[in-house]
Amino acid sequence: MILIAERINGMFKDVKQAIAEKDKQVIQELAKKQTEAGAAYLDVNVGTAAADQEGTMQWLVETIQETCSTPLCLDSQKPDVIAAGLKVVNAQNGLILNSAPLNKKADEEILDKYVEMAAQAGPKASIIALTMDKNGVPQDIDTRVAIAAEIVSKATEIGFDARRLFIDPIILPVRVPNAQVQPGNILAAIDQIGYLADPAPHITIGLSNLSQGATERSLINRIFLAMAVSRGLDSAIVDVLDEKLINIVATAEMLMNKQIYSDSFLKVYTAGK
Amino acid sequence: MPVPEVADSFTGSVNRVTLGATKDSGGTRTSTVTVGGARNVVYGGSIEDASEKPVIAMDVLDAKPQDWPDTLAEPYKDVLDSPGDWAKKCVAEFGAEVICLKFDGIHPDKADLDAAHAVKVTEEVLKAVGVPLVLWGCGNDEKDNQVMPKVSQIAKGQNCLIGTVKEDNYKALTAIALADGHNLITQAPLDINIAKQVNILASDMGFPLERIVTFQATGALGYGIEYAYSIQERQRLAALGGDKMMAMPAICDVGYESWRVKEAKLADAPGWGDVKNRGPMWEATTAICLLQAGVDIIRMRHPRAVAIVRNFINQIWQ
Repeated sequence: MILIAERINGMFKDVKQAIAEKDKQVIQELAKKQTEAGAAYLDVNVGTAAADQEGTMQWLVETIQETCSTPLCLDSQKPDVIAAGLKVVNAQNGLILNSAPLNKKADEEILDKYVEMAAQAGPKASIIALTMDKNGVPQDIDTRVAIAAEIVSKATEIGFDARRLFIDPIILPVRVPNAQVQPGNILAAIDQIGYLADPAPHITIGLSNLSQGATERSLINRIFLAMAVSRGLDSAIVDVLDEKLINIVATAEMLMNKQIYSDSFLKVYTAGK
Repeated sequence: MPVPEVADSFTGSVNRVTLGATKDSGGTRTSTVTVGGARNVVYGGSIEDASEKPVIAMDVLDAKPQDWPDTLAEPYKDVLDSPGDWAKKCVAEFGAEVICLKFDGIHPDKADLDAAHAVKVTEEVLKAVGVPLVLWGCGNDEKDNQVMPKVSQIAKGQNCLIGTVKEDNYKALTAIALADGHNLITQAPLDINIAKQVNILASDMGFPLERIVTFQATGALGYGIEYAYSIQERQRLAALGGDKMMAMPAICDVGYESWRVKEAKLADAPGWGDVKNRGPMWEATTAICLLQAGVDIIRMRHPRAVAIVRNFINQIWQ
């Protein structure tokens, strides 16, 4: 499982404050702790509070890179903010640009822009593409899969390897009225997205969104992650500091025969990465 | 009809392990051997993804073998009670790139020889040949724990491959191999889960994963080779999938396993063909089969089998 660590995000209070006060230590601590916990990538999201989003993105990237070489996942819906991060990021060990929909009303070419930026960032740069388009987030399985198929074919048409694509079927909070059918739909979509190309694109989800506003958030996240692994999910944006969550990933992957069982399988799951 | 392109690509790779230390690195070996490094299955992917050339380690026993069939003993008849001369013969006449010194003679059920004997033989072989050595205990845990640390010490700095350690007996030899700068063989009884666990246990003691070679136990042709094959293949696929605890090169013991089966040694079996050919062919066939599953070091015995397998390796790994 390719774990993308979610905590360096301006939506969290401590990060927001660190950004405002230019307090490097808070950011670097989070970078280190998440790396030690097994993160393959560190998500970097400036949030909404900062006035200068591009400058903040650069400051965060530079601050993190001073302390560790874990690949980063630049997270913004605005191409300009991503582009600013790209100027200072080290993509040698890997990079993800997070994220673009297939298209949107204001910008028909948004996906092309992200693919283009990733292609230029080097051979190890990937993108997360959302299964949404100018009509918004689809509610049903078929539209999700159809959009995913369009994303894959668009990328491969311009020579962008499907293995550098992370398809995000967009998980919605389960406690939103009438949204309770969605987790099941996501699982069914994951099943099908795996067959869109050979080799298959990665499939990722922003897990914590599922439990927004609900009670028993950790429980909901953990159980759903195990279910999704069984359907072929191979990446997720998660709280890697939740040790039980990581143990569940390790166990689910072992049960799906993706990791060879050993008596110490929990201990080595992150150590082996 | 064109051959379809079925090559898969992988993110992980098998570790590279170098055996032997020359003068520059503090040893007295005149050559070294590097194995491993595969980034694909055997025959899969591009030539750049192939492993280093697999290597044959020719067996030399510390004491004269009592149970070798004539076909096998014949090429060595003048050196069987002199491990130094035996090793020299393997290198000079049969082109051995690695010698596996197997301490059968220390086994309590065999000659029950002591550590002083094992040390003396090790010195003798180190002096006789310049190729890297594999130092392999007798399989009796208690005796190996008494003797092998002393063998390790006398070969300190030679960057040997020493073993084996098992899930329930790994501490003594792992510690001493680490201290003496050797590479380590982790052994499992045809059980992929235990194989992984032994690697974890050795790693927990601070032994670098990059200096481990795995031994999954070997079955000869007709005697469980399919189990050995599928485990070797699974290990390779795990390594290629990025499992660091399974990314070691593999060694197998083809010589011993082949020559204990009746088809290889039974002289009085007219329907099976000439025993002089049958034994070497049994050994060669077993080795070539396992090479295709992805093993990196093969222990072998008969010079004819060695020549056949070396020829195969040279043709495939060009």
